[in-house]
Amino acid sequence: MKELESGIGELFQPPDPDSFREWVHKHKNTRMVPKVMSEQEAIARFVKDGDYIGTELYGTVRGPMSLIRELVRQGRKHLRVTGQGIHEIDLLLAADMVDALDITYIGWEVYGISHILRRAVESGRVKTTEWSNAAISWRFKAASMGVPFIPVRSMLGTDTLKYSAAKVIEDPWTGKPICLLPALYLDVGFIHVHQADEFGNCRIEGISGFAFELARASKTLIVSTEEIVPTEEIRRYPERTIIPYYLVDAVVLAKYGSHPGEMCYRYWRDEEHLLQFYKDSADPEKTRAYLDKWVYGCKNHDDYVQKVGIERLKQLEKMIGGR
Amino acid sequence: MARYNETEFLICLAASLMEDGTTAFIGTGIPMLAAALAKKTHAPNLVAIFEFGGTGASLERLPLAVGESRTFHKAVAASGICDIMETAQRGFIEYGFLGAAQIDMYGNLNTTIIGPYWPPKVRLPGSGGANDVGSHCWKNIIIVRQHDTRRFVPKVDFLTTPGYLTGPGAREKVGLPPNTGPYRVVTSLGLLDFEPESKRMRLIGLNPNVTVEQVKQNTGFELLLADHIITNPEPTDEQLRILREEVDPDHYYI
Repeated sequence: MKELESGIGELFQPPDPDSFREWVHKHKNTRMVPKVMSEQEAIARFVKDGDYIGTELYGTVRGPMSLIRELVRQGRKHLRVTGQGIHEIDLLLAADMVDALDITYIGWEVYGISHILRRAVESGRVKTTEWSNAAISWRFKAASMGVPFIPVRSMLGTDTLKYSAAKVIEDPWTGKPICLLPALYLDVGFIHVHQADEFGNCRIEGISGFAFELARASKTLIVSTEEIVPTEEIRRYPERTIIPYYLVDAVVLAKYGSHPGEMCYRYWRDEEHLLQFYKDSADPEKTRAYLDKWVYGCKNHDDYVQKVGIERLKQLEKMIGGR
Repeated sequence: MARYNETEFLICLAASLMEDGTTAFIGTGIPMLAAALAKKTHAPNLVAIFEFGGTGASLERLPLAVGESRTFHKAVAASGICDIMETAQRGFIEYGFLGAAQIDMYGNLNTTIIGPYWPPKVRLPGSGGANDVGSHCWKNIIIVRQHDTRRFVPKVDFLTTPGYLTGPGAREKVGLPPNTGPYRVVTSLGLLDFEPESKRMRLIGLNPNVTVEQVKQNTGFELLLADHIITNPEPTDEQLRILREEVDPDHYYI
């Protein structure tokens, strides 16, 4: 196949489907064993310095915020990170835990651009390689398929491709240029779900973002859940299982785990909290104060929930609106 | 007091570009309001599609983010990002809506970097879904709220999302789907299209009280002018009422 162009971005996590197969064969347990543990134990056991991690969905919508806060509390260095980032990646960057970003979008939508991202990247501290949203999701899809790359028609002709680690080749069938995206296999993936049983069979309500693909692209998968349901319930509606148990390494019970983001049909985004964080994030000292109060200053997620206040959380539950 | 503000004008102008019974890939901000307004007025059968999985939402309630629950409230489907992007790649989605920090005469867009790539002077959010929307939707409508020479530039610092690239035939040459590309640009000064032969940006409509000279002065490249430049219609009282009372009663955007 004729290579027409090659992105000059660094490939932070080169695909290796054979070693992933070996890992899956050796580590993914075919037995249904209980995996419920605290967030402290999950992070301590499964996340190492230098790991390549990914988060789903994004920081104001069903993000694994309680897990990310615990990761920041414990502290890890030299992480390589991807995700559709808002609050979660801002926290990791603010805590100076990240060396490299496969970036598609890190920003605050209607509020504006991320101050924390600007400080991290403009200072040269954090390296970046560019992708589109579809590209990142399709890279997970390729990994979930167990293949090294996937052909797509995004990014062609742009600087997004030039500063990515994608390649353009001549399609051997049509003869036209096509973009190849390298599969993205994660060391650790983080997903927050509506329901899981103790073995890790998971359900998500509403849109599923890229949970299906990220779950299957992860060597280790840590799931946090709003509630733990009996396995009989899972078996009664097996078609609702988006992530089966064997993909999952840890199940962490975290009601309100997506706060200050929303969780569809459960609770609405905490607009006041998010906006205050966004304003504070313009100033490094105030960002630090936020981390001190809401992350380092909380022993665990239960402690965080107490600090937010159950009354406020009940309000947010009322604000979400029905189906 | 003016009957409407600039944001309200832009929303109504963008809404008027949405046809009934078509499909539109909707991003944060003005496109959401425009789609909601269009559905409540002339385009009840507009199918709004959101990148993280919402297809055909009612838009009775205004979404604040492209993945939040209102993007699939009373929708026909709630899937995921791969499904939506693949639907666009298959050729189903007619209109895409995009914003930009910089745009050139071929409708190429920058939302990644101001200055050199490394180290950047200003790091912007990045492509997000913009590159995908700009690559796969048939017709892209670009909304740039402030029409000035900082945004309408001869060359974008970083080409995040493809317009017509270097001109006629360039999209097809790099492998992008044929017959796709930028369609309209909605700005604080007017409405622009792309001249079919040269694929260069062309002024086709002026917003009320704006002159051709003013648009030329605020554009950093040579702008083509349509033979007949119209004045874009002002919002009707009914549009403004629906926008204020039903689309955004909490005034998140207007």
